[in-house]
Amino acid sequence: MTKPQNDPTPVQEVDEVVIRFAGDSGDGMQLTGKQFTDTTALFGNDLATYPDYPAEIRAPAGTLFGVSGFQVRLSNRDIHTPGDRPDVLVAMNPAALKTNLADLKEGGLLIVNTGNFTPRELEKAKYDSNPLEDPELAEHYQVVPVDLNDITLRAVEGLGLSNKEALRSKNMVALGMLYHAYGRPLDHTEEWLRGKFAKKPKVLEANLRALRAGWDVAANQELFKVHYRVAPAKLPPGTYRNLMGNQALAMGLVAARHLSGLELLYASYPITPASDVLHNLARYKNHGVLTFQAEDEIAAVTAALGASYAGRLGVTGTSGPGLALKTEALGLAVMVELPLLVVDVQRAGPSTGMPTKTEQSDLLFAVFGRNAEAPLPVVAAASPSDCFHAAIEAARIAVTYMTPVLLLSDAYLGNGAEPFRVPEAAELPTFPVRHAQPSGDFQPYLRDPETLARPWAVPGTPGLEHRIGGLEKEDGSGNVSYDPVNHEKMVALRESKVRGIARSYRPLEVEGDPDADTVVLGWGSTWGAIKGALKRAEDGGPKLAHVHLRNVWPLPDDLGEVLGRFRNVLVPELNHGHLARLVRSELLIDARPITKVQGRPFGAEELLDRIRTELAAS
Amino acid sequence: MTTAAPQYKKKDFVSDQEVRWCPGCGDYAILNGVQQVFAELGVPKENLVVVSGIGCSSRFPYYVDTFGFHTIHGRAPAVATGVKLANPELDVWVVTGDGDALSIGGNHLIHAARRNVDMVVLLFNNRIYGLTKGQYSPTTPPGKVTPSSPFGSVDAPFHPLTLALGAGAGFVARTVDTQIKHLREVVRAAHDHPGFALVEILQNCVIFNDGAFADYTGKEIRDDRQVDLRPGQPLVFGKEHDKGLRFTPHSIEVVAADEADVWDPADPNATKAFRLALCDEPHELPLPIGVFRAVERPCLAREVHEQARRVTEQLGAGTLQSLLDSGDRWEVA
Repeated sequence: MTKPQNDPTPVQEVDEVVIRFAGDSGDGMQLTGKQFTDTTALFGNDLATYPDYPAEIRAPAGTLFGVSGFQVRLSNRDIHTPGDRPDVLVAMNPAALKTNLADLKEGGLLIVNTGNFTPRELEKAKYDSNPLEDPELAEHYQVVPVDLNDITLRAVEGLGLSNKEALRSKNMVALGMLYHAYGRPLDHTEEWLRGKFAKKPKVLEANLRALRAGWDVAANQELFKVHYRVAPAKLPPGTYRNLMGNQALAMGLVAARHLSGLELLYASYPITPASDVLHNLARYKNHGVLTFQAEDEIAAVTAALGASYAGRLGVTGTSGPGLALKTEALGLAVMVELPLLVVDVQRAGPSTGMPTKTEQSDLLFAVFGRNAEAPLPVVAAASPSDCFHAAIEAARIAVTYMTPVLLLSDAYLGNGAEPFRVPEAAELPTFPVRHAQPSGDFQPYLRDPETLARPWAVPGTPGLEHRIGGLEKEDGSGNVSYDPVNHEKMVALRESKVRGIARSYRPLEVEGDPDADTVVLGWGSTWGAIKGALKRAEDGGPKLAHVHLRNVWPLPDDLGEVLGRFRNVLVPELNHGHLARLVRSELLIDARPITKVQGRPFGAEELLDRIRTELAAS
Repeated sequence: MTTAAPQYKKKDFVSDQEVRWCPGCGDYAILNGVQQVFAELGVPKENLVVVSGIGCSSRFPYYVDTFGFHTIHGRAPAVATGVKLANPELDVWVVTGDGDALSIGGNHLIHAARRNVDMVVLLFNNRIYGLTKGQYSPTTPPGKVTPSSPFGSVDAPFHPLTLALGAGAGFVARTVDTQIKHLREVVRAAHDHPGFALVEILQNCVIFNDGAFADYTGKEIRDDRQVDLRPGQPLVFGKEHDKGLRFTPHSIEVVAADEADVWDPADPNATKAFRLALCDEPHELPLPIGVFRAVERPCLAREVHEQARRVTEQLGAGTLQSLLDSGDRWEVA
């Protein structure tokens, strides 16, 4: 279904558009946004999404704190963030309007569900009067008032659904309208609905009718003055699929299982926003992947470590509070030198904090957060699709160096989606693992001279019976030792092993303006915002370069030299300056943090403003 | 092809590490008994994995020449669950104590029992914290004076076996450190039971809680103060084998031997096992030892692997290529 031949509405080509769906947490906004995103992806646009929802599953209807939003930016170019401010806002009720209107661009398209602007709903949203009656609204925005409730009820008439049941489909009316406005076909969503509601024919019919009714209303009533067209993006050639970060991370772990030849056990305890990694991996049982939903965070990490001990790739996943519970086991993993991958999908804290909101504030905890001298490497994903590659890198380090590895993602990456260029199998690194073989004089702590890794001697191998544990080991034999000099030696050996991992990194790449005297140093999910800020700085300056760390710890060996080429080193982070602190203390470089801790990512424009302010102050 | 079961002697399971328990500790006898059982199992020694937590008993893995993993406080059942999931062919043992299993690790113990992870848990119960020098434990009787309870403990203790039964353990048994023949029989039965098996071993701590079980285990009195729960046998006790136990609707009574009830640990109803498990504090009834419960149900690792096998059969074995080829995709030229 595309634009009908006789539709007189003019078509306007735009490079990109940012759309935000906002409604009650029970209105299905996340689902509506995801459907629009998937259809957009298959159309070939580049895109980035930003779901922003409350921790409460069904917050009281109509309240300001119960508003759930989903922002998607689609573009005909290669983009890296979900956009700063929406061009289009779909507000399902007064609360959604109130909490989101300030973000809408001047002149933006505002689609409002008037059916929910009742006195009671207005009161819940703390409006004294109906904002739709305020003439100023139409002066600033193109307002499209539609009664989605009424359209929905008419569309599903005769199906025998109660009003309450029927109104659950109103998000599909909104979706159908937007599909019309952007000339997108309905078939992908129709097919998805048929799968989802296969066993509920009435609900299926209601949703299908609602979706088509949205399209028809938009077409027949000429709701939109123009149709927008965003051409497919000129992305690098290849095969693409749309992935959320947590999905990509799960796929990366499955890929790592194949690339290493190891079977994988993922043990995890449900926690927002990491649970989707468990949900996704639980579907890969035909790939030599087992999942185990443990009784708590500690059982999850220790079961994963037990699986590694028995020869599998043991992986656990969590978010900040869960990582806190796992730290004793991480110390054990450091001591027994077994591979273990720990995924931390960071969220705003401390404590329970803001569970559905993003932050990068676990970095120092990841690097140092264990009792005693317990070094371990930290890897960070830079974008939703990069979660795939970061997972492979973390697994490579874990099995090559016989060490626990922390892989940092965050709520923004985990829940955000973007096109993932599916790599060819041959592009991916292989790191086949060979467990220790029976030998005459087996010593569990005899190290590989290059990597300092100890052998991985797996139960079931005749002749390799040995004992390991959390007590200090004698170098070589691995026997329990309280010898003071041996302890000092072992602490140093564990440290050198982890430091040595940096020798396996690829050289740092410096992007941006070759004449820049300011470098923006980033890690993790700020990548997109930094790329966006650099792009904007091409007009009007300042001249900026960008270095982004995939391997955050140990710091790359060439980092000091690279940063030393610049007069200013700025470090944007969604925390209070963790990487900046590491760079200052490790490299004696005057790195200056640009911080944000609002549970939200940096916008590109916002970041550029902050960079300009910071440079003006120096 | 069949392979003959390997022939072992007890000494094949003695490691080269010096045993460092206190002289006279009950752990020596248990170690000795378990090493004998290991030799008799016919399991290749490389398939035996002993996992422990923290505490005196948890040093056990260092002293047996098998694969051994001395982990962190309370977590041995969780580590062992990971080991068993990773490789269900392994013969997994957990060695733990009353503090390790019932206090800091209580959660993992009950969930391993609930899931029926096929492993043997040897719970050394000395009713005291030994390695931290004598504080009261979750099995210490109230009133006990210890460094952390100078005026007597006011904590109510657990009955370890009712806890295990309540968590759904399929095999629950009790034995005594000094009764080596009984210990070997019970430990062997625990091993041969498919599924989660917990054995409480009453173990004397000579330093901090000497004589904790003297009322039941003293050589002179034990025949009158213990009743051995043997599958299919009447519940008879006494030096002269003249006394027996009979269940009444609300209690258990002592009767003449020929009126004793016959013990059935496979009874689907666990009520009788619960009632016997509650007789572990000063009581006019003898202390039950032996097998309280032996009921089979599906084991976690087998179920997990069986499900994966079925899914693989249905979807085909996944490869790197099939992973990359999955999902709704589009091409950019």
